[in-house]
Amino acid sequence: MSVKASTGASRRRLRDLITNPWARPRFLWVIGIAYVVWTLVPVLTAALFSFNSTRSISLWAGFSMRWYVSDPNESVLHDPDLRHAVLQSLKLATGAVLLSVPIGVGFGLALDKWRGRGSGSSNFVMLFSFITPELIIAVSLFLLFVNPFRFVGLGTTAQLLGLVLIAIPYAVIIVRARLLSLGPEYEEAAMDLGASPVQALRRITLPLLAPAIFASAAVIFAFTLDDFVMVKQLAKDGSNETVAMAIYGAARTAPSPAVNAIGTLMLLTSTLVIALAFVVFRRSARRSGTGLGAEREALPV
Amino acid sequence: MLYLLVLFLLPFYVILSVTFGTLDPIFQSPVLVWNPLRWDTSILSFTLSNLTHTDGIYYAAFLRTIAYVVGATFVCLVIGYPFAYFLARHAGRAKGLFLALFLAPFWFSYMLRMLAWIGLLQDQGYVNRVLQDVGILGAPYPFLSGKSWVLVTGLVYGYVPYMVLPLYAALDRLPVAQLEAARDLGASPARTFFRVTLPQTRQAILAGVIIAGLPMFGDYYTQQLLANTVGTRMIGNFIIDSLDVPIFVSRGSALILVLMALLIVPIVYYLRSTTRAARERAA
Repeated sequence: MSVKASTGASRRRLRDLITNPWARPRFLWVIGIAYVVWTLVPVLTAALFSFNSTRSISLWAGFSMRWYVSDPNESVLHDPDLRHAVLQSLKLATGAVLLSVPIGVGFGLALDKWRGRGSGSSNFVMLFSFITPELIIAVSLFLLFVNPFRFVGLGTTAQLLGLVLIAIPYAVIIVRARLLSLGPEYEEAAMDLGASPVQALRRITLPLLAPAIFASAAVIFAFTLDDFVMVKQLAKDGSNETVAMAIYGAARTAPSPAVNAIGTLMLLTSTLVIALAFVVFRRSARRSGTGLGAEREALPV
Repeated sequence: MLYLLVLFLLPFYVILSVTFGTLDPIFQSPVLVWNPLRWDTSILSFTLSNLTHTDGIYYAAFLRTIAYVVGATFVCLVIGYPFAYFLARHAGRAKGLFLALFLAPFWFSYMLRMLAWIGLLQDQGYVNRVLQDVGILGAPYPFLSGKSWVLVTGLVYGYVPYMVLPLYAALDRLPVAQLEAARDLGASPARTFFRVTLPQTRQAILAGVIIAGLPMFGDYYTQQLLANTVGTRMIGNFIIDSLDVPIFVSRGSALILVLMALLIVPIVYYLRSTTRAARERAA
């Protein structure tokens, strides 16, 4: 009964919306829907054209898996360059997560405890690197690695170091936000009950931080997977090419649906990772009884 | 802490040493000069004079970059504010869904999003075909032939989520009771918005402008993909291109230095005001 009434009401709302979209606050709904359509539909068409049966990325000719598996030379499965780009992207993203998350968590914990001189300024430098245009950091590192730090050189190592550098602030910000919402009480209680600081950290603080650590790993994975400026600048040759670089190169010269196809694959990968992280984060945040409210307070906005 | 010193401050010192360094007499490649007392300012003054004189090589690109970024940031705000307002206050039961749909582009590859527009804007792409079918256009409009407005629209498309995020966070935090109080005291909806809502989101507008606007200064790929002509080149393009030619590397690093000097003012202002606002909230 109530279900029926609510569908009736929503149908009426929909009818009102169509007949007079400019009444307040309906026009806000128009804006909301228009915004979502505008940001998402182009990407969906790009994903659609990865299934095109001809070479065009703007003229639809029919559904095929040609650009994923069937084409013997140019599909993602059979083109060695594209396959290599996918592997390189995954390799860099995994490496960046493994290196930057521990450093970021440690740095976040340190900033939380460290109240003295220098904590403010190191936080400042970190946020500074967070909002400086990536091009500036990338070119600086490029000059660093080709001249004084020639032993690093360009290539996968340099790409990884660059990504870690710009990924760390993400982990620090997420971890600090969670620490702020937890407060010092749990750790103090543990130490009152006889735990050493190290024990309190390992047995109490880190498990409570687990959702934040997981969330930062997912965010960093998704963002390093798609990074372009840094990996392009620090790449040495074709063997360092990532998916973003492959899309860029092909889009400038000869776009083919195979490029849409690897883009779509990456899209699915990061969506999956983010969705998984969201579920884990939600579940453990609910179990520990802390909401997102206090965490939002700590975001640098 | 050490990582910051090694990986953040050192590169800036390298930028300085390259800018103020000399050229190798044989290979014409930059030679770094570490000692600040022996720095040579000729490259920097060369770059600066080319930025400030109307016939300099960087002058037009410099002004163009500022115009594009300011324009695109403004459009981002105009689009982003109503959407953030809708998301925070009027989405109702669909809020979770809209929030997820809004956040999706954050983990979509920027390149894929631009590639999508290349497909749509080509001569036989959907945009041209729809416009022709409706009868607005007689022949395909060459969107991708280096139009400034296409580039600015592309920048808006790429960076608008970064504008919405802080605005949404602030609008969502706004106590509803306050708005109701304003209405109860006789303020019209418009007056409530301008006297209560807008002033309280000033900090978020600043954050959005910084977070969405600053990265555009380092953007060169949007130009390359959507409007690849000499007439739309931005300062980022000059920086990237200079790195390919050894004799120009020091010019590129001088441009980086200028860009940094230009951006440091809004960055520091923004960081100071956010720390102040956070402290006030905590108190």
